[in-house]
Amino acid sequence: MNSAADAMLVLVLLLNFFVLGSSRIRSIIYTVAAQGVLLGILPVLVHGELGVRETIVSVGAIALKAVFIPRMLMRAMADLPIRREIEPLVGFRLSLLLGAAGTGISLALAARLPTAGTTGAQLLVPASFATILTGFIVLTTRVKAITQVLGYLVLENGIFIFGLLLLKAMPFLVEVGVLLDLFVAIFVMGIMINHISREFSSISTERLSALKE
Amino acid sequence: MTGLILILLAACLLAASGVPGLFAPGRAGWSERVAAGAMVLAGVFGLGGALFAGVGADASMEVAWGLPWGRFEVALDPVTRAFLLPVFLVPALGSVYGLGYWKQRENPGTGRRLRLFYGLMPAAMAMILISRDGVLFLLAWEVMALSAFFLVVTEDDRPEAREAGWVYFVATHVGTLSLFAMFVVMRQATGSFSLIPIEASGASAAVSNAVFVLAAIGFGLKAGLMPLHVWLPGAHANAPSHVSAVLSGVMLNMGIYGLIRMSGLWPTPPTWWGATLLGAGAVSAVVGIAYAIGQDDVKRLLAYSSIENMGIIAIGLGLALIGRATGQSEWAALGLGGAILHAWNHSLFKPLLFFGAGSVLHGTGTRRMDQLGGLAGRMPRTAVLFVIGSVAICALPPLNGFVSELLIYLGLFRTVTGGGVQWPAAAAPALGLAGGLAAAAFAKLCGTVFLGQPRSELSMRAHESTPIMLVPMAVLAVLCVALGIYPAAGAPLIDQAVGMWWSGAGPASPSILTMAPLGWLPLTSVALLGAGVGAYMVLRRAMKPGASPRPGTWDCGYAAPTRRMQYTGSSFSQTLVSLFSWALWPRVRRTKVRGLFPGSGRYRSEVPDAVLDRTVLPGVRIAADFLGWMRLLQQGQIQVYVLYVLLTVLVLFASMYMV
Repeated sequence: MNSAADAMLVLVLLLNFFVLGSSRIRSIIYTVAAQGVLLGILPVLVHGELGVRETIVSVGAIALKAVFIPRMLMRAMADLPIRREIEPLVGFRLSLLLGAAGTGISLALAARLPTAGTTGAQLLVPASFATILTGFIVLTTRVKAITQVLGYLVLENGIFIFGLLLLKAMPFLVEVGVLLDLFVAIFVMGIMINHISREFSSISTERLSALKE
Repeated sequence: MTGLILILLAACLLAASGVPGLFAPGRAGWSERVAAGAMVLAGVFGLGGALFAGVGADASMEVAWGLPWGRFEVALDPVTRAFLLPVFLVPALGSVYGLGYWKQRENPGTGRRLRLFYGLMPAAMAMILISRDGVLFLLAWEVMALSAFFLVVTEDDRPEAREAGWVYFVATHVGTLSLFAMFVVMRQATGSFSLIPIEASGASAAVSNAVFVLAAIGFGLKAGLMPLHVWLPGAHANAPSHVSAVLSGVMLNMGIYGLIRMSGLWPTPPTWWGATLLGAGAVSAVVGIAYAIGQDDVKRLLAYSSIENMGIIAIGLGLALIGRATGQSEWAALGLGGAILHAWNHSLFKPLLFFGAGSVLHGTGTRRMDQLGGLAGRMPRTAVLFVIGSVAICALPPLNGFVSELLIYLGLFRTVTGGGVQWPAAAAPALGLAGGLAAAAFAKLCGTVFLGQPRSELSMRAHESTPIMLVPMAVLAVLCVALGIYPAAGAPLIDQAVGMWWSGAGPASPSILTMAPLGWLPLTSVALLGAGVGAYMVLRRAMKPGASPRPGTWDCGYAAPTRRMQYTGSSFSQTLVSLFSWALWPRVRRTKVRGLFPGSGRYRSEVPDAVLDRTVLPGVRIAADFLGWMRLLQQGQIQVYVLYVLLTVLVLFASMYMV
């Protein structure tokens, strides 16, 4: 029905796998930025018109997700003594398998949800779930604080895709909720990175476990 | 409508009052003056909005907000108005008092945080009072509870303050949990989170009773009714004094307000609701003040006296509820009228006393009565103001505490003559006993702190407080006297509040002026004052200054008394404490006196809180042992916590898939 949007969503899903399978932080930042561009185009495609609301969401999403935050992360990479490799807790192959399983579950689930098929794009709900799950996998299986930020970003991307469903019904909530939420998460993690780099001279969240109790 | 806008404006001003100070450098004094100025201005706006604007059906408004649940629905009605007055009065005075008591210059580390939450808490309380929607109510309730927590732990370098803060934190969250459950159950009955009256057929007995039990726990914890008072003494004693004044004088009222608001939604509640409140009130009044007598810490004594006063208010409210259940409008008018008036009075004299205690603490550096003494000469103004507050809290005429207890007494007596059930009258002796014990407790407090000779170096070096601390106390003292001499001024506000509460239950309730001789009070007060002044003059002439040396207060008639021969606080209260040892379980340590020429001995007694120290804390320890294995879940790694979230989401997905 809305094949352009669906094609975009397939690309988003593919980028998810790239995030899971890549071993270099820089390439993941580029991937997430690319995902941000795709998401920025999506509102216009899904709703098939270029109203004020869609424009705001599109431009805002691209500016934040594809330009501002990746630049911030790149600067963090340059300024701080962060090693370029990912330190996964489980292997890349297992991560990919988990991601595939998550995508499968999402597809199966979306078919049973009452929201499915209410808008043009068929893949909207499953892609959203799959992206959220991918974000979760990155969050749970990667060690460094900077990869945590990337995990949060992917997670927020998934929520953003889901929010597109609501853009007509609750526009204000989507605009403020998604962008602000993202903003807050990034800033929190940014502060965290600064703290860690200064006080622990390490960017690994494993050290945070010293704070337990 | 104008009233509401003024009140909302005042709430915003209160909430923002501490914000500019956050950007000020550590020792800059302007930020505290800005905060105090904003709070006084907010107090003027709020009092103006509450007193001079109309109340009624048109005084409500609803604003769209983007949240999926609840509505921003606020209204101003007589009950709300009655409770709004202290919310705007006491914190404004407290912020002025704080200029002298908690100077930014002397407390650069804590002052800014203190003032931020000192403004936020009354703002949240104003929102609680005007909100008419459960979600908004709970939001404001949590803001109030958390602000109070941060205020209690202002001096977080002291272990006692931290411990008191944690006990308060746990207690208030148990209460909030109970209120969450209450609103959910209410929604079963009404279909919405709005606080609207419930139809006679709308709720089954089980739902109504569940709501009442949850409300009694949630609001009772906030009001500090026994045995839910565990957090109260520690929090009041360890917070800075102007914070204790607001906690005790205003925040406890929120629990009472909640009970009044919720009970007013049911046209005919079961009789046992009122009986429960009456019983809890009687126990709190008697046992609370008995605990107060045994305390050595000035502020702990005042805190236990707050429990007593909340008990008295609960007796009035219980009587009103029994009246509502049995259709006796006179009981309701006297009981609820007395309860509201006593809540006002408590909001006047208790902050006055806490300010006074703060003044003593500021001047001497200690809260322990057995180290104080003889301060009447060194801090004369504080002493006079403190004694006025003490007379008022002991419910002695001609001050205000007498009037409100008189109303409750009259209501309790009416149950004997009015037909219908008579057992509520059994609360009258409890009220009388509490009044007598209160007089003993405050005789001990004033006598030990202000009379006699200094018991330590600290009190010898005491100095009087600055006018900026004394003026707020004087304002409260003047209000105590004014409301005591001419209580009829408050009668219209109270009549309207009672009328609104009663409106769902039957024909209009009578005015308290027709049932209580409030009009006679100015006359009797003037007569009493005249008699007092006359007696003083006669005695003065009879004593002839200079004829004999002036003895110290507690010198027991010895020829050459030393300071150590004086009565101490503990010895003054020893008889009463041992009389009430069945409830207090005092802890006494002493060395046995043996032989004709015994060596030096030691005696030490203290009265810890039986409910907290002997029931709650051991229970918590057992629970901690039992639940220790759950610590395995807390790994301290972000990844593991996110995994928990992921697993929860997957379980939710799976459960959807199954359905």
